[in-house]
Amino acid sequence: MADLIRSIAGHYNYWMFVILMMTGLFIVVSRGNLIKKIAGLNIFQTSVFLFYISMGKVTGGTAPVNTGRAGEVYSNPLPHVLILTAIVVGIATTAVGLALAVRIKESYGSIEEDVIEDMHRTERPA
Amino acid sequence: MIAGATAGFIAKHLPVLVVLVPLMAAPACLITGNRHATWAIATLASWTSFALTVALFIRVAGQGPLSYSLGGWAAPFGIEYRADALNAFILPLIAGIASFALPYARGSIGRDVEPRQQNLFYSALLLCLAGLLGVTITGDVFNIFVFLEISSLASYVLVAAGGGRDRRAFKAAFDYLIMGTIGASFFVIGIGFLYMATGTLNIADLAHRLATAPADRTVRMAYGFILVGIGLKLAMMPLHQWLPNAYSYAPPAVTAFLAATATKVSLYVLIRFLYTVFGLDDPFEAQTLKLLVMPLGIIGIFAASTVAIFQNDIRRMFAWSSIAQAGYMLTGIALMTPQGLAASLVNIVNHGLTKGALFMAVGMLTLATGTSRLSDLRGIGRTMPWTMAAILAGGLGLIGVPLTAGFISKWALVSAALDAGQWWLAGAVLLSSLLALGYVWRIVETACFGKADETRVIEPVPLAMVIPAWGLLAVSLYAGVQPALIMEGANAAARSLLPHLTGVGG
Repeated sequence: MADLIRSIAGHYNYWMFVILMMTGLFIVVSRGNLIKKIAGLNIFQTSVFLFYISMGKVTGGTAPVNTGRAGEVYSNPLPHVLILTAIVVGIATTAVGLALAVRIKESYGSIEEDVIEDMHRTERPA
Repeated sequence: MIAGATAGFIAKHLPVLVVLVPLMAAPACLITGNRHATWAIATLASWTSFALTVALFIRVAGQGPLSYSLGGWAAPFGIEYRADALNAFILPLIAGIASFALPYARGSIGRDVEPRQQNLFYSALLLCLAGLLGVTITGDVFNIFVFLEISSLASYVLVAAGGGRDRRAFKAAFDYLIMGTIGASFFVIGIGFLYMATGTLNIADLAHRLATAPADRTVRMAYGFILVGIGLKLAMMPLHQWLPNAYSYAPPAVTAFLAATATKVSLYVLIRFLYTVFGLDDPFEAQTLKLLVMPLGIIGIFAASTVAIFQNDIRRMFAWSSIAQAGYMLTGIALMTPQGLAASLVNIVNHGLTKGALFMAVGMLTLATGTSRLSDLRGIGRTMPWTMAAILAGGLGLIGVPLTAGFISKWALVSAALDAGQWWLAGAVLLSSLLALGYVWRIVETACFGKADETRVIEPVPLAMVIPAWGLLAVSLYAGVQPALIMEGANAAARSLLPHLTGVGG
């Protein structure tokens, strides 16, 4: 039991990653509002950032700056650098998604998926 | 002297120039602004890129794999660009299709994009091209993710460019964005697990470390996430929902370009991960391929072909046919033999050429008549016989009639299945051709035997569309009559990926 608790507590960051990821995915799938979908997508992407950042952290490690002192423990900077790139990609995706939502609102007058689907149904004769 | 120095420079930096030319031409288009000048820049960039990929292919075929350290930082710490028999084989297809799609776009894009915004369209097309080429040539898995997102973001914009004519393109692009981003995020989570397990991102280094260490749960997680993420991008059967709308509402030039390249590049990434990185030595990995990917491929072939038969929109019909074709390629990959892999690679190229030409011809048809609904196109074969002939030639390729490129790839897949002792798979492939016959026949029936609408107005099709469409069709027909070059390239690539299996079944 103690082992289990220690295992859960020790992987605290990873549990948060899983919870955030599932929350984000659930919002994307379950919400019909396009802005909420993008918000869900953002949460999902943020969970990936957390995952990478946690991966690079070394227990007791400091910032990876070369101080010249021997035997200093520092965190792995590579995943942190990678995730900077992924954050930029995430921002670009959000920007494109929001721009598309604006154009959808302009041409349909709504950002609710079911309203748009209804319009499609009447637009296209079977 | 200067020419010699230039040739030396190009030879030295060949792998990076392939990506750099379109990547730099994209902002050049943005700054230039004038639509004629930007078109010229874009076309020149794609042709240059195509010439470079051909040079790379010849060099790799002659001298073996080529490694390039970006910025002079040696692999595995720096980013490595690595051209081997596999990606040197795929690269000319991507750049080549772009070289046809850009002239075609000049004739067709006026319908979808306002003149003053056309430079933005060409920039996005070049960014997409640069991204796809980058995914294919890079030897670093995180770099694959970055380039995949460059190409995907550009392709969302390109699909949305169809919104000027039909607002459903916006919604299609939005759905594509949601699905594509989920796929890319799954992929990057998979890469994270790989990094946790091995501490490296370089493909060759990853392959080496994974081959020497026994596969643990972290590696298997990575395998699962990457399979699902890339499966989304290549429209593997249950993850294909974004594709029909995106292909139906995008501008014709975009549909032709994306259908022939984007999913093909994702298939390349899948092959690269399965055969180079993971190596499939772990029974879990091999069994997943056999018990999950193979059935999904076969279900995809039958389900998507059946859905295609019942479509009224001709673009949507061929979009569903693309999902079915992805099924053939997945099946070949999942056979795990050099022959199956070679069959998939041949199919990637042959189907890319055929589908590209087909969507270009369909674009001509919709531009001339203003509709893509079959019910509105009765008797169109009598008014537009040449365009219908082009569509029919492409359709015969999809069925796999002898002397077409599609026949070569189906033949390769059937013989690979027989070599592997999977006679039922060979039967299924042959049976599924009947379904392709079904939807192609529907088009022929409507176009040739339907009662023509006398009041129909046919607009002239610009020559800028006709020439690239027929040019690409001619290439695809040539690939059917003279398959040797593509077959050899595919066999060399398959042998390089499965060296320990060479000689099995010849």
